[in-house]
Amino acid sequence: MSTALPVPVQVPSERQLARRETLRQLVRSKTFLVGFIVVAFWVFWALVGAALTPRDPLELAADVLARPSSTYWFGTDSLGLDVFSRVLAGATGMLEIAPLAMLLGVAGGTVIGLVTGYFRGLVDETISRVIDAVLALPVIVIAVTAIVALGPSTMTLIIVIGVVFIPLVTRTVRAAVLAERELDYVQAARLRGERAPYVMFVEMLPNVMGPIVVEATVRLGYAIFAVAGLTFLGFGVQPPAPDWALQVAQNYQLLAGGSYWWTVLFPALAIASLVVAVNLIADGLTQVLDR
Amino acid sequence: MSVQVSETAPALELRNLDVVYRVRGRDRQVLRDVSLTVERGRSYGLVGESGCGKTTAALAIVRYLPRNGRVSSGSILIGARDVVKLNYRELRHLRAEDVGMVYQNPGAALNPGIRVGRQVAEVFVVRGVDRKEAQERALNALRTVQIADPGSVMERYPHQLSGGMQQRVVIAMALAKDPALLILDEPTTGLDATVEAEVLDLIAKLQSEFETAVLFISHNLGVIAKMCERVGVLYAGRLVEEGDAETVLRDPRHPYTVGLIRCIPRGGVRKDHGRLDTIPGFLPNLGEQPPGCIFADRCALSTERCVQEDPPPYQAGGGHTSRCHYHESAHTLPRREAADLDLPVVDRRTEPVVRFDDLGKVFHQRGHSVHALENVSAAIWPGETLGLVGESGSGKTTLARALLGLVAPTAGTVEFEGRPLAGHLSRRTADDVRALQIVFQNPDSALNRRHTVRRILRRALKKLAGITGAPAEKRLLELMQSVRLAERYVSARPAQLSGGLKQRVAVARAFAGEPRLVVCDEPTSALDVSVQAAILNLLVELQAERRVSYLFISHDLGVVRYISDRIAVLYLGRVMELGPAAVVFEGPHHPYTEALLSAVPTVDGGGRERIRLEGEIPSAANPPSGCVFHTRCPRKIGAICEQEEPPLLEVEEAHLMRCHIPIDELRRLQLGEREKAPA
Repeated sequence: MSTALPVPVQVPSERQLARRETLRQLVRSKTFLVGFIVVAFWVFWALVGAALTPRDPLELAADVLARPSSTYWFGTDSLGLDVFSRVLAGATGMLEIAPLAMLLGVAGGTVIGLVTGYFRGLVDETISRVIDAVLALPVIVIAVTAIVALGPSTMTLIIVIGVVFIPLVTRTVRAAVLAERELDYVQAARLRGERAPYVMFVEMLPNVMGPIVVEATVRLGYAIFAVAGLTFLGFGVQPPAPDWALQVAQNYQLLAGGSYWWTVLFPALAIASLVVAVNLIADGLTQVLDR
Repeated sequence: MSVQVSETAPALELRNLDVVYRVRGRDRQVLRDVSLTVERGRSYGLVGESGCGKTTAALAIVRYLPRNGRVSSGSILIGARDVVKLNYRELRHLRAEDVGMVYQNPGAALNPGIRVGRQVAEVFVVRGVDRKEAQERALNALRTVQIADPGSVMERYPHQLSGGMQQRVVIAMALAKDPALLILDEPTTGLDATVEAEVLDLIAKLQSEFETAVLFISHNLGVIAKMCERVGVLYAGRLVEEGDAETVLRDPRHPYTVGLIRCIPRGGVRKDHGRLDTIPGFLPNLGEQPPGCIFADRCALSTERCVQEDPPPYQAGGGHTSRCHYHESAHTLPRREAADLDLPVVDRRTEPVVRFDDLGKVFHQRGHSVHALENVSAAIWPGETLGLVGESGSGKTTLARALLGLVAPTAGTVEFEGRPLAGHLSRRTADDVRALQIVFQNPDSALNRRHTVRRILRRALKKLAGITGAPAEKRLLELMQSVRLAERYVSARPAQLSGGLKQRVAVARAFAGEPRLVVCDEPTSALDVSVQAAILNLLVELQAERRVSYLFISHDLGVVRYISDRIAVLYLGRVMELGPAAVVFEGPHHPYTEALLSAVPTVDGGGRERIRLEGEIPSAANPPSGCVFHTRCPRKIGAICEQEEPPLLEVEEAHLMRCHIPIDELRRLQLGEREKAPA
């Protein structure tokens, strides 16, 4: 229906310029670029999985606890599995659970944050108090309790971490919405008889996307951390999957005895690299979007 | 080592100054070949609309340009030293000793975490005075700017002071070092007219006392006329006209200046006298440099020569220069053709659109009850504009919000076309909600920055007029046409539109349905004067077409007078005066109205005896006894004013006033004085 209208040449190009400018600023920020390259590397391995690794991550080799060498770049573990292949293949599980958990947390937190920030008053008071109460409990205690109750599975892990994140995301979104609702366009919407959901989701949500995107990236970093932590404790991914935290958990006792450091160091480095990279992206986004 | 200030050199001299900003990898020129001189002890005004480079000039003078800005050529001489060539130490010395700066927002200029006393004392400490003596001198500095009880102000934090007080503190700090040059960048723009008048008086007094040279930057021609001896007019980074303030404003020689002066509603012009003049077109894009005159594409006098050839500064005699090839005939700039507007005839025997009856609103804040509105009664008839004036804190916005249903009144009723209206929006019928619309002050805040013009207006059409689908697209274009908004902006977002265009979108949104009454809450105060004139014209045209009523809130009395049929003057939530616009302005008027009127600086100077209000509007949480205005009233007659609240009486036909002084006495006092005053 709009095709009949003469489309001005200059107006959309302005818009593209603004978008290009944001992109240019992002690429120019070294923080963002480094984070992006590392994450892209892991996403690639998560997608191709075991198909391209030098060895099958589940195949037992002849050498048990072999040192890193030209044959086994990162050595082998106590079962004779190739650490290098397992580290590359280990990205799959992590990059499935953590983003889904993050999405759940951000979606839930966004809805609750919009509602509390928009309505304020009693709704806000009640939900905010509940959130304060939840935040007072250590995350790990809630998570462990829930997993014990629901039984460990990938789905449980996603739900537990997602739900634990909801209050945190709610706070960020609520703060952004409180500032936004003071703007006159919100009143203009009410004065033409718009209902609350329309005002919240169609009018206000697009304007608070900046902080939400930043929050989502930060949460992703924490989600990776949480998945690793819970898996290490035995509540997460179950053997024999080539998961990083699982590898650390299965081999860390060996550190005390001898010096089989490669069995633990490389998977631990993989976790650290991903968490740091995601946080670098978050920093880069904050600098560009949050202003 | 210490830089010597020559005793004979002018306080400030700009010579062929060029300033560029680097944006997206390209240098854009924002000031081009600007030359001006501020003599010692004199005041120089720099006027122009937003985006003309006024503030850039102020920043360049003390080398405070943002990181992407630099002086690309020319020189800035302060007391014969070239600021551009100073090293860091010399520059610091210059800023500490010789130049004082005052910006628009005093709240941002003061450190919120440090007590006022220490901040002012800091100025002296930087110059090597010991702490104790610095405190002493700070106290004196506050006394100089006429702050009542400076001892206690020293102990307070900036947020505990009002805007006017904060600005006094900033001025005290700027003057404390006895600078040779004081730069004032829109120092009173954020203040109420009454406070502005006081601050301007103070600046004028201090300037003559300290013999400081002043560079005064303002968009307000009236303020410049009052404050400055010389004036320079900036347009798109060029100084297009310069000369003695009086000469330039009385006999402008550049079409831009001519247009600017004509845009301002003044001299009692009213909407039925015709439309206001405007300056068509827009400011050129940042850094754009046509070969000819920069103003040519907006100038009705421009010829082929203007487009081809850049005009030099022509001499018009008496140090008056103009960059116009046709400076001698600038005053022949064609005026807007007389309007044949068919304005609605207001019939007050019919049912009013809206009637307030004894409306009251009490807010509860931290145990205090704040009476924002007290017994407000008024009515607005179809096709009529009721102007609402008063200082900030007088209850104007609360009244508008109560009418719209954004806040529920705590007493009294609002009637709409004879039917009582529910207090809160959520309990009003859809038709009632649609009938009352608003145009906000700040179009940036009023339009959703993520939505396109099409989306904003189509949604309004759907909700306010019930039009969807293909007919909506047609109505959309008609609607844009009716607010003179070109069709090509239909898929633009607010950030791509200028302030005036954004305000047109906001007006279009309010008129998407068939509103009976539109609240205009300072709809032009965020806009430049040329744009203001265009928006006012638009509102008047829409009123003529649609017979809509306006509740028009503004602190700009010239604007209110232009557009209003009747005017209500509010003070501390009470109606002090209500009557036909001409009567309220011509007098006899309430002493408060009189004070408001005399606070406004006008381009023509005005022959009105100046009446100053002392202090600031009292807190509504604890209003004065008796007549609430008695604490500041210049015409207080005695104890009765403190003890008894005067009723709102009809003192002459259709003219209501709340004052103990009889109307004839007021007439004698006010009109008598005006005749005595020199014209």
